[in-house]
Parts: sequence; C-alpha cells; structure tokens
Amino acid sequence: MTLAPERSAISPTAPHVTQAQHVAAEQHRLNTRLSLEGGAERTHPPKKSGRPNPMGHLTNEQIEAIGRELDAIRAEVMASRGARDAAYIRRVIRVQRGLEIGSRAVLLFSKNKYAWLAGTAGLSLAKILENMEIGHNVLHGQWDWMRDPKIHSTSWDWDMASPAKQWQHSHNELHHTYTNVLGRDNDLGYGLLRVDEDQPWELFHLGQPIWHLINAMFFEYGIAAYDLELRGNLQNWDELSEEEKAVFKANLHEMLGKIRKQAMKDYVLHPLVSGPSFLPTLLANFTANTVRNIWSNTVIICGHFPDGIDTFETDSIEGETRGEWYLRQMLGSGNISGSKFTHIMTGNLSHQIEHHLFPDMPSNRYSEISPRIKALMERNDLHYVTGPVLKQAYQVYRKVCRLALPNEEPGRSRWSVVRGELGKVVKGKGGARTKRHLPSTADA
Amino acid sequence: MTAAPPRPARRMTAGLAEGVWKLASAIATPVLPDDYLDMFAPLRAGAELRGRITAIHRETADAATIVITPGRSWAGHVPGQYVRIGIDVNGVRQWRAYSLTSLAGAPDGTIAITPKAIPDGVVSNHLVHNARPGTLVMLDQAIGDFTLPTPTPDKILFITGGSGITPVMGMLRNLPSAGADIVLLHSAPRAEDVVFAAELAERDRSGQIDLRVRHTDTDGMLDLADLDREVPDWRERQAWVCGPTGLLDAAELHWAANDLTDALHVERFRPTIIEPGEGGEITLLGSKLTIDADGATPILDAAEDAGVLMKSGCRMGICFGCVVTMRQGAVRDLRTGEITTAEPGDELPIQTCINAVAGSCDLEV
Repeated sequence: MTLAPERSAISPTAPHVTQAQHVAAEQHRLNTRLSLEGGAERTHPPKKSGRPNPMGHLTNEQIEAIGRELDAIRAEVMASRGARDAAYIRRVIRVQRGLEIGSRAVLLFSKNKYAWLAGTAGLSLAKILENMEIGHNVLHGQWDWMRDPKIHSTSWDWDMASPAKQWQHSHNELHHTYTNVLGRDNDLGYGLLRVDEDQPWELFHLGQPIWHLINAMFFEYGIAAYDLELRGNLQNWDELSEEEKAVFKANLHEMLGKIRKQAMKDYVLHPLVSGPSFLPTLLANFTANTVRNIWSNTVIICGHFPDGIDTFETDSIEGETRGEWYLRQMLGSGNISGSKFTHIMTGNLSHQIEHHLFPDMPSNRYSEISPRIKALMERNDLHYVTGPVLKQAYQVYRKVCRLALPNEEPGRSRWSVVRGELGKVVKGKGGARTKRHLPSTADA
Repeated sequence: MTAAPPRPARRMTAGLAEGVWKLASAIATPVLPDDYLDMFAPLRAGAELRGRITAIHRETADAATIVITPGRSWAGHVPGQYVRIGIDVNGVRQWRAYSLTSLAGAPDGTIAITPKAIPDGVVSNHLVHNARPGTLVMLDQAIGDFTLPTPTPDKILFITGGSGITPVMGMLRNLPSAGADIVLLHSAPRAEDVVFAAELAERDRSGQIDLRVRHTDTDGMLDLADLDREVPDWRERQAWVCGPTGLLDAAELHWAANDLTDALHVERFRPTIIEPGEGGEITLLGSKLTIDADGATPILDAAEDAGVLMKSGCRMGICFGCVVTMRQGAVRDLRTGEITTAEPGDELPIQTCINAVAGSCDLEV
C-alpha cells in the first residue's frame, strides 16, 4: 500500500508517548468510561466551594439514559459518513491551499499597499482554515475513517509552533478526557489564567487581564509552552525523575526544531523570495500569524470559560461512567452562534458542546446534530450555553478581570486578601511563587 | 557491474535539483511540496503512484473492463501479473488486487483490469457499476509470478474458471497470433457469464488457441480426472490454472499425483480468508509475540496483561493516541460492534483501546 511520505517532524515513537502512559496503564484497568452502567452506587456531592454539583439533580438512571441517547446519535451519524463528507474535507483542503498559494503570490508584490492588504487578509484566512477546520479536526482523527494516509491523525502536521504529536497528547488525551476538571484539565486557564472561583488564587493572577491579551497575541507559543507543561516542569525541575527530565528535554528539542522551521518559512524564506518586498512580506506574515492567534484564542476561550459553564471537582470523576463523562462534556463546554461562515472559520468549534461529546465525529456534521443535543439538554434541565462570539468573549474577559482578584473570604474583602499576600512578599516570605500542581504527571 | 562515475555536469544538476527541493520543502513546511504539486499534476513522475480511469467497457452483466492511465512512475508489467488498486468507495479508501488484462506497453500508455462484481463485493461492485471515467485511483506497481517464461513454452494448457480468465487474457493478448500450441479450458456458469466471450471465440477461430468452454450450470464442474480424455497430451504441457479455490486445490493434487508439480502454475488471489470471530490471537510483528485474548478485552489491555506496554491515551476511543497499524486480521469495536478487517497487503491504522481481536490480528508493534 502507498503510504504518506515521511514527515520528519512527527515520530510515532517520540518520547512523550512513553511516559505518562506507563502510569495510566497501571492506574485504571478497563476504563469505566467505556461503560454506561456504574457498578457501585454513584453520588454527585456539591463542590468544595459550596456550589452545587452540576449533575446533582439527575438520578443514575437518567444519566444512563442520556448516555444511551447520545450513543445512538453518535452511531447514527458515524454510520452515515460517506462520499459527501470526504468531498467536503478535500474541498476545504483544496480551497485552503489555493488561498495560501494565491495570497503568498500576491505578497511577492507587497510593496504595493493594496497587494499587502489583499495578501495579508488572504493569508490570515488561509492560516485560520489550516489550523481550525483542517488541522485541529484532522489531528482529532475525525477523518481517519477515510483511510487516506495523507489526511490522517497519524501523519498530519500543521502550521503551528506545536508539533502535532505533542499537541495531540495534551489536547486530545488530557483536555478532552478531563474536560473542566479542576487540577486535571490544564486548559482551564492554560496554567496562566484563573478562570474559575474554585481555582486557587496567586499574586501572579493580578496581572491576568494583561497576560490574557499577550497570550492571545502569541497564542501558538502559549500552546507550545502549555504542551510542554513548561511552567510546571521548570518550577518543579528538582522533583522530576530522570525519565521525566529526559522526556521534557526531548520534547523541548522537537518543539524548538518545529519553531525554527516555522519561523524560517514565515520570517526568512518567504520574505527573501519577495526580494524588494522583503519587509512588507515579513510584516504580512507576522500579521497573519497574529490574526490567526487572536482568532483561535478567542474561539477557544469561548468554548469553556463563558458564564454558565461548569467545572468539576478533581475527585468527582473517580470511576466515572460514560454517561457522566458525556454530561461533563456538555456542561463544561459552550457554543458560539453565527453564520455558516463563522462555523467554518471556527473549525466548527462553535459547536464546542457537540465536539466535546464526539471529538472524532467529522466537524461538518456537528451542526446537524446540534438541535438534538440542545433538545436533550433542555429536556434534562441542563443549560446549553451559546451566544455570539463577541458576547461570549466579553464575558470571558470580564471574568478574567474579576478573578484576577481572590475570592472574598469571611470577614475580609478581596483587596485585603491581596494586601495580605503582597505584604508577605515584601517581608520576604514568598507565597507568590508557590509550587504548583502538575496535573498529568505529579498527581498521577 | 562497475558504474562509471557520473559526469560532473550531471552531478551538478543533481545537486542543484536536490537543493531546490530542499528549499521548496522549507518554504512549504509543514506540508510537502508534493502536496501542492498533487493539486495540479497528480500523475507526474516522482509522485505517489496513481492512475486516472479513462474508459469503462462493459463485458458482461457483472463484469467490466476499467482502462486506467497510470502515473509517470508506472514501471510496466509482465502479462499475467496483477496490480493493487486503491479506490475511494463511499468516501473510504479500499485496496484490492486485480489481474492486468491489457497489452503490456500499450501505445497510449494505458493499462486495464477486468473486475467481476461478486456478491457483497464492495470494490468490485463499485468498479463495475458505479465507477466513472476521470476518477483518480491509487496504484501499486504490478506484481505476481503467474507469468509465462521466456522463451514461451511450445505447449501450454490454461485452465480457468470465472474471473480466473483475466490473467490468462492478459497473456493471450500479449502472445503472437500463432506460435505456441495453446489449449484453454474455461468454465463459467452460463454462456452469458463468459467474460471476453467474443474475443476468445475469435482467437479460437484464428488458431491462436484451442478453446473449450464449459457451462457449469448445465455441464457440471470440470473434473480433472477427465483431463486425459479432454487434453490427452496434458502431461507434456506447462499448465497455468486460475479460478476458484476448489479448482486450484484440485489441480495441485492432480499434478502432484502425476509427479508433475513443476509444470503447474497457479494464481491464488486470497491466500487467507479473514473470517471474523470472537477473541483470538494478537500477533505483535515487531516483538514477534503472540497473545491470546478474549473478545471483550481491548487489544491495549490484553497486551498490557501480557506485559507489553503499547502507546496509549484516553482509553476510551476519543484521543487516537493508541493507533497502530494492522497488517492483517479482524478487530471488533467494543462500543459499536463494528468489524474492521485487513487483508494481507493492507496497512490499516486501528485504535487499540476500543477494539478487541476478532479471530486474529497482526499488529505492527
């Protein structure tokens, strides 16, 4: 059989696939999420902060029924995948590549300001399509069923700082399994922001209204650092085992190689090819990357942080059934409403709820199941969060600002807690840089 | 053989080409320059081997000849060989092997296969009934040793059944119209089922072959014990046999019983039939390890129980971190009951965390 050509950036045996797996293998034999029925009696106690457990009002039978209903919807759509879907993703890829080539060709003449504007706009769109509707979804395995080795989760690489395999580990495996579980899902604030009252506050969060904006601008590097668990690993360096250190170093090496190739392309080679338009092309590429970064960041924060989306206690997922996992995905995600164009430009992450229920379902099918998911949730008294992108993004920014300050404590205002912490730092007792949890490694 | 050192000019061009390609790769990253070229010239030299269907001719109610223009990297074939073709059927790429029936080195550069639609045959039905000219297909280079030696033997016996005529037709079309003494015993259920009926009759009339067609619905199956009467000098002939497994098995026994094994050449398209079952043997090709597993245990867990830690992820089928390549066998999706089979020659990626072995499976681990 003819195989996809070798892509040196991806190695299926890269060190990062060996490490956490050993632990996982010992940890849970036969994942309980493979089953709809929970063996022991399942309970859903309130969260530590006193807020109710979001699935507390449902009986175990109801949760099991929800699981069965969702299984049926999945089976129905998966069985109907066919030529129409395959034609869709190939068309999107063709359009994206055409747009990218065309825009880059126009940018050869980007000394002219109209050429610059047109080329930059086109390239921004191409990069957004490449990352969202194509890259993210192919790397999820949504198109593996076509058995086309070129459009496959094992062979794809994307126009991002993160090597595909590293991102697949932190995103597909950790984020999608532990969605919105406090202390387990690094996507809850990316280890940078405090986006939930139940997350501990540190002095560092005082600056998060600004960190958030910087993170959005350079989002691809933020994700890269996040895939490496850079902050946690560096802060806990002395506590890491030799194997963990080796894995980190290998991943870092792979990541830097990818970043070098990406930067070489956008900031050296294409500008050089443009000759007299060197600087305008460089600026165009930087602009397109930034536009893509801000847009993808906006889409992604709207997926889990707007008002009305729930988080879950670390120990609440012990022995979780598939029905409970489904519920957590629905309650922990939020959608973006908008036109068909909006949906495509978000990579259909505007259907974040549907995507989190069925991460491997082809993205072009989410819109057709969304009315059924919405009806199911409303029937079960579950809040289907959705709204226009600006409204959702505004809610998130408002929350980021609010949670920059600690929660109110009995008898103390938020500012007096801040002053207390600041005082400790001034007196040299530390506190701002406390050791942080390493959800996927240290906890496991 | 000692190769003369390449002339400096040639070396320079080669070096230059390599440099240009490296530059193109650095500009195209993270995709490959090929990915862009494929948009415009999928059949170019150096591309993955593909072909374009240029014509489809109906042969019988359930057989058709598919004419394909192969890509520039096509290396040609020897009559009697087969080609594996990969075609998207309802969005899913399926690979099957078909004998080449065309003239080798045809002036227009085309090749042809003549599939017969078999009941439940996903690919053969698609090719015969639904495929359209213009479709791109994936190809492998021609392979197979069911071919005539050079020089061509003086006396030849072909025994074919059903679509087993296809490799033999490939040979006949490439043989001179006179020369060898060729007897062809062909069996098909009814007259209207005989693929290439008119052309075979014409070759019989012109004297290239001595054709005997048997209609098994009325005449019954060919009994090799009758060979002495049907072709009295069969022992002096080199024989090529292609058809149903029963015919091939019988031929092997018959020639062996007459101590003539060397004179027999058979073509088996399906050396193994994949029959899905419950549980079975998981073979890890890399570590040459075989594990027995039941039909309810994911392959990943079965391997871990046996002390082999394969790559893993979410363990619930969503992250695709555990995907490995199945070379042959069958697995069952524990969530849906769906069976995935890989025939020899396939390389099928499967998720080990939600699939259990169904019969047996060979994995690249």
